[in-house]
Amino acid sequence: MEVIPEKEKEVKKMSEENGLIYRISGPVVTAVGITPRMYEVVRVGDEGLMGEVIELHGDQSVIQVYEETSGIKPGEPVVRTGQTLSVQLGPGLLTQIYDGIQRPLEDLEETMGAFITRGVDADGLDLKKKWEFDATASKGDEVSAGHVIGTVQETETIEHRVMVPPGKSGTIKSIKSGKFDVTQTVCTLDDGTEIAMMQEWPVRTPRPFVRKYAPDVPLITGQRILDFLFPLAKGGTAGIPGPFGSGKTVTQQQLAKWSDAQIVVYIGCGERGNEMTEVLTEFPHLIDPHTGKPLMNRTTMIANTSNMPVAAREASVYTGITIAEYFRDMGYDVALMADSTSRWAEAMREISSRLEEMPGEEGYPAYLSSRLAEFYERAGRVQTLAGDDGSVSVIGAVSPPGGDISEPVSQGTLRIVKVFWGLDAGLARQRHFPAINWLSSYSLYPQALDQWYRDNIASDFPEIRTEISALLQVEAELQEIVQLVGSDALPIDQQLTLEVARMIREFFLQQNAFHDVDTYSNLNLQYTMARAILAFQDEAKKAIAGGADLESVVNVQARTDIMRGRFEEGYEERIEKLVKEMGKQIAATMEEN
Amino acid sequence: MSGKEYRTITDVKGPLVFLNKTEPVAYGEIVQLRLSNGTMKNGQVLDTSDDQVIVQVFEGTSSVDRQTGVKFLGDVFRLPVSKDLVGRILDGAGRPRDGGPAIVPDEMADIIGAAINPYSRESPESFIQTGISAIDACTSLVRGQKLPIFSAAGLPHNDIALQIARQAKLVGSDDDFVVVFCAMGITAEEYNFFVHDLERTGALENSALFVNLADDPAVERLITPRLALTAAEYLAFEHDYHVLVIYTDMTNYCESLRQIGAAREEVPGRRGYPGYMYTDLAMLYERAGLVKGKKGSITQFPILTMPGDDITHPIPDLSGYITEGQIVISRELHQKGIYPPINVLPSLSRLMNAGIGDGKTREDHKSVSDQLYAAYAQGKELRGLVAIVGEDALNERDLQLLKFADIFENEFLRQSRDEDRSIGEDTLDLAWNLLTNIDTKYLVRLDQKWIDKYHPTEKKE
Ligand SMILES: Nc1ncnc2c1ncn2[C@@H]1O[C@H](COP(=O)(O)OP(=O)(O)OP(=O)(O)O)[C@@H](O)[C@H]1O
Ligand SMILES: [Mg+2]
Repeated sequence: MEVIPEKEKEVKKMSEENGLIYRISGPVVTAVGITPRMYEVVRVGDEGLMGEVIELHGDQSVIQVYEETSGIKPGEPVVRTGQTLSVQLGPGLLTQIYDGIQRPLEDLEETMGAFITRGVDADGLDLKKKWEFDATASKGDEVSAGHVIGTVQETETIEHRVMVPPGKSGTIKSIKSGKFDVTQTVCTLDDGTEIAMMQEWPVRTPRPFVRKYAPDVPLITGQRILDFLFPLAKGGTAGIPGPFGSGKTVTQQQLAKWSDAQIVVYIGCGERGNEMTEVLTEFPHLIDPHTGKPLMNRTTMIANTSNMPVAAREASVYTGITIAEYFRDMGYDVALMADSTSRWAEAMREISSRLEEMPGEEGYPAYLSSRLAEFYERAGRVQTLAGDDGSVSVIGAVSPPGGDISEPVSQGTLRIVKVFWGLDAGLARQRHFPAINWLSSYSLYPQALDQWYRDNIASDFPEIRTEISALLQVEAELQEIVQLVGSDALPIDQQLTLEVARMIREFFLQQNAFHDVDTYSNLNLQYTMARAILAFQDEAKKAIAGGADLESVVNVQARTDIMRGRFEEGYEERIEKLVKEMGKQIAATMEEN
Repeated sequence: MSGKEYRTITDVKGPLVFLNKTEPVAYGEIVQLRLSNGTMKNGQVLDTSDDQVIVQVFEGTSSVDRQTGVKFLGDVFRLPVSKDLVGRILDGAGRPRDGGPAIVPDEMADIIGAAINPYSRESPESFIQTGISAIDACTSLVRGQKLPIFSAAGLPHNDIALQIARQAKLVGSDDDFVVVFCAMGITAEEYNFFVHDLERTGALENSALFVNLADDPAVERLITPRLALTAAEYLAFEHDYHVLVIYTDMTNYCESLRQIGAAREEVPGRRGYPGYMYTDLAMLYERAGLVKGKKGSITQFPILTMPGDDITHPIPDLSGYITEGQIVISRELHQKGIYPPINVLPSLSRLMNAGIGDGKTREDHKSVSDQLYAAYAQGKELRGLVAIVGEDALNERDLQLLKFADIFENEFLRQSRDEDRSIGEDTLDLAWNLLTNIDTKYLVRLDQKWIDKYHPTEKKE
């Protein structure tokens, strides 16, 4: 992208500069004697710690440092690198676990041992590993940025598509298949431009695409309450706010496991170390229901836990979303989970307060909401530069203090995302999981997705959904009366409605993430289960009109079997039969009376 | 630079001292202050630049004046560590408090501690039996977990912590725990209570104590837990000990943090606590766990008293966001005279699933635990209803559940301070016995196969 003579000038200028540390305050270091660009990466102190310029102020450059700063002194050197914070993109991203600035945690363990010390550099990609590159473009082809020129089987299930990096184009002079490492030239263009499998991209800049489409395909997660009532579209955005212990992480992990994205980027941003370890130990053994291969094959993880440096936490979401966009550019559907965006916002707040910026609400910087918006804007279903279809779906957890979502991060998020999965402390306390409140949650996608459901699942899918949500609404209203007079005082048809709603809650909405069978329901099964509930309602109404009592209708064995059956293998094959049986048994209750 | 003494103090504000230009001083460096009257104080560099250095003084700044001499010691805060820490009592800054000799260090360990690489962690999954039914059955603890006790003023959290410290063991293993105890701003009376109990049971020889009491310097509290955790890491990861860290009271720690923030005129976060309190607490709580290839482990029991019994207060709230569950102590149960007054409903152990079941505790554990929880939750809710409509309005099922809630509190939760119940024969079997008070047709959370095997009156043999 940059013309060479200019770059040489730059390097010369940089080496003439003699930067020194002027001040250190936690992760923020001020340097004098250098004139870097905004967001340029610099090396700080005798140990050469990595930092990024975040403010220019007279002759001072303010730097956020990605590693612990204790023991560093004013007067130590600061050196420019001329580069902005970037990630390395190419084969080798999948199955990896990185820190917030794309250092592989495995490499860090090798050089530092089990505890993360500082001053160690590590490449995001293994530069030595040889990959089998299979050229798909040929000599003489006219190619431009984003064009796929060859493929690499990166993992058992994922084909990595090697693309012409943004900013480059021309006619292919030579291209060869074979074994290469990621820095070797695999393709040369007419003008001498050399293309390797690896490209770099600055994390704070969205990668280019042709245009955004309106999402119209659901991201299927296998989680009943999500898919059925509050669906997310491929390329869409969702926020999951909830107090501690309400199920944000479990929900995010469920999505990482079961959603039908082709690539998953999971960012543990300022959360627990053990949770990342859990993903690391579990995923290689979990089988992707869509490919039959280990889930790890499609996953990249970023782990910058709560006790790792905050500046790197701030960077971690950008590192993650850039990797996600890169796979999107290959034409994949990517799902990105960020747990938790509140910790990211807090990192911004901490840095901002060290900069003595004018604080906005609750001490967060005034630019909090624009940063949130910019981040979620990087989601979307796009036409890639190569003309394919690709998407990045973004699901962000939010951790509001005291569970109160009137705070700035929740509010800033809700203004942007199209899906709101509101976790409820009360439900979690009742062990109703997933503790997603069905009355306050919403999705703005159903309209756009309904045609897809009609075409692919059932022509009346949207109507069934509406009936189910309506029943839950009616229940909420009836519950208010019950609080006052008790349920026995209600007319029988309303008592039945309460029973039906209870069935929806306990049988359909509740879903145990830790149960081998219940953890995932495909859409067809979800639809059948919803139909079973409505069938119960219809049969029960008829029976009651015919003189049956509610108690015996509710207690028919087949209904219990339907409800318990969801924990058993082969349920999908049995449920239709059970529904018929339930119909017969309910009808029989009329004769009893 | 060490050796040179500066007399360039310009400002003193709360626990902070501001100095003018010195030789370059490192961020985090330790500082010694010599007052005009000869008293020595210690501090640490919080901010350093060419023009100004800000020092936080652990012992507070009373009597500090512009004549006070300030010496920079050229190193960050380190604790002398050795195996000999076990059996010793140190003060809140790591000096012997038991009249014993100075620790001969094997190593001088940086007390900030480095983060465990998530890739190098091992998932905690070994059940620790505490002998307390409420915990073992409903919020099971595993080795390497951080599980705080959320309590409030006047509740017996110390007794519970001590009982855990005394009784904690791995079933089927004779690995013993070493206790690292860290006191932050507790009263001398509370402290004596701990020490006497540890002495009485002979556990003191197997403990290392770091003690900052209510009348000790408040700012020192910010380093006391770091010393304790540094000792714990050394014992666990260099000497294979299984370490149980008990620290109390986190609320005092957070108050000190707030004090520093206010003195620095930082923009406060919620209720005046610093915006970085989450990160700061995480730097303590995350120093728990297991590390691949190391035999030892660190299990943490932080104790905090919730101001105003309010669980949404920033101290319990931020803690809950970091720890792996919480044990909540209830004033209501305490007032009913129930010990240990653990309210299992808001309590949670997030690592429980990994630590229980066949081969770990017992195959029926999960099922029984879910059933106890559900029945007690419903019974407790019915109490509210009965207060309005009276017992007559209840059906048979509700009456049984209502009665069960009382039985659960009186017979399951309640146990004596030295009663050490085993998970199987004592705790789970007791649970089954108590569940006979409810018709099996209402016990929907219990798998039929466990009813067939364990139900005292319905089992098939
Ligand atoms: N779908 C589910 N099925 C079963 N259990 C669940 C489910 N969701 C949550 N839980 C239970 O709730 C506990 C807490 O969930 P989780 O760790 O996801 O909370 P969180 O909202 O991420 O909390 P924090 O903000 O503290 O990280 C889990 O350990 C688990 O016991
Ligand atoms: Mg979580």
